[in-house]
Amino acid sequence: MLHLDFGFLNWNVISTYVAKGFIYSVQLTIVAMVGGIVIGTLLALMRLSGKKWLVMPAAVYVNTLRSIPLVMVILWFFLLIPAGFYSAIGGQFALAHRAELSAVITFTFFEAAYYSEIMRAGIQSVPKGQVYAGYAVGMTYKQCMQLIVLPQAFRNMLPVLLTQTIILFQDTSLVYAIGAYDLFHGMDLVAKNLSRPVESYLAAAVVYFVICFSLSMLVRRLQKKIQIIR
Amino acid sequence: MGSTWDWELFLQDTGGGRTYLDWMMSAWGWTMLVSVLALVVALVVGSLVGILRTTPSKTLVFIGDAWTELFRNVPLLVQLFIWYHVIPQMVPSLQAVPGLVLAVFGLGFFTSARIAEQVRAGIMALPKGQRYAGLAMGLTLPQTYRYVLLPMAFRIVIPPITSESMNIIKNSSVTFAVQISELIFFALQSSEETARPNTIYLAVTVLYFISAFAVNRVMAVVEKRVQVPGMMVGGGK
Repeated sequence: MLHLDFGFLNWNVISTYVAKGFIYSVQLTIVAMVGGIVIGTLLALMRLSGKKWLVMPAAVYVNTLRSIPLVMVILWFFLLIPAGFYSAIGGQFALAHRAELSAVITFTFFEAAYYSEIMRAGIQSVPKGQVYAGYAVGMTYKQCMQLIVLPQAFRNMLPVLLTQTIILFQDTSLVYAIGAYDLFHGMDLVAKNLSRPVESYLAAAVVYFVICFSLSMLVRRLQKKIQIIR
Repeated sequence: MGSTWDWELFLQDTGGGRTYLDWMMSAWGWTMLVSVLALVVALVVGSLVGILRTTPSKTLVFIGDAWTELFRNVPLLVQLFIWYHVIPQMVPSLQAVPGLVLAVFGLGFFTSARIAEQVRAGIMALPKGQRYAGLAMGLTLPQTYRYVLLPMAFRIVIPPITSESMNIIKNSSVTFAVQISELIFFALQSSEETARPNTIYLAVTVLYFISAFAVNRVMAVVEKRVQVPGMMVGGGK
């Protein structure tokens, strides 16, 4: 039987290898969540606008990204964004962190497709009568959306949006494909440099599990609260 | 890096007596093989776990819940690394098992958590009276499941299982990280060799599209075949 010893995972090892990657994973998740929800909401509004020239491109965008594996999308973005783009936005620093920046852009645009489907369902969950009521009291389309529909759509869908964010956090580990330095990359380095694959990968699984499980428990509590409000 | 298209590269020899096209087709075969086998594992295990979670026994419900949470809250990439680098170290008899089998179980168990969730929801969606009716007629609990609950529940969960089958093809791409020579693995290796990533990525992307579409059509046929006349299961048209 194998003898497990996690003693080598001391503060020194964690701060050298893991901390940097963990911070990046969290940053990537938060930026992609905020950016993805904003772009996703715009896409959802386009799809529900009823104007063909807006519906078509949004539908093609969402359906295309949803049919391709995330790893493939990560590789495409990494390939297609030219080096000049990175040096233009952040000089040498950005060039040195190409993979990390490319992943931030990829996840924002990729997750937007998934968030847009959630927001679309959210917008449709608001009874149409409310929009007509808005028009009847003289509101414009923009006012109706901003003041009546979107706040409710957002609130109704909050648990689903957060669940998607937990999936997003798990998916950030796939930046492995382009070698970006995330939480898993850090643990992978520990496994290889200290020759402790068994303990390191188990520890990685535990860290992801604890984070994702506690977040999903929080989402479940939130869901119960929202149910009462409705 | 190769910004021009070069479709003739697929006719080039890889150096091993076959063309890049041959290699890509074999990689596509691996993608489909891993996906289909993992889907079988996921359907069997997922249905079982989903059923456990609806039984009256608290212990069985707990086991089912724990299984679902465990496999749902760890990223697939990390799970595959555990299957490859941890489990064979802990269970030495598994060291001779081929990588494909480990990948199939990794992807299958990961997906089983999602299938379990759908199956459980399908069973819960049935009116409680059906379960009581079955038990009142003197059927045992397993018989009630077999003859009353599951025939309807499985039909209800066909649409979500269709989307899980499409997801499993997408998720099989992660197995490149454990050296399964599927499409992403091919894409990475061959772009390195040929310096024509654009061409290769596009071809691979198209193959993923075709695969997802094919699964979608197959499942649509399945859904139609098993439909109970007069029941509008799964929304219908």
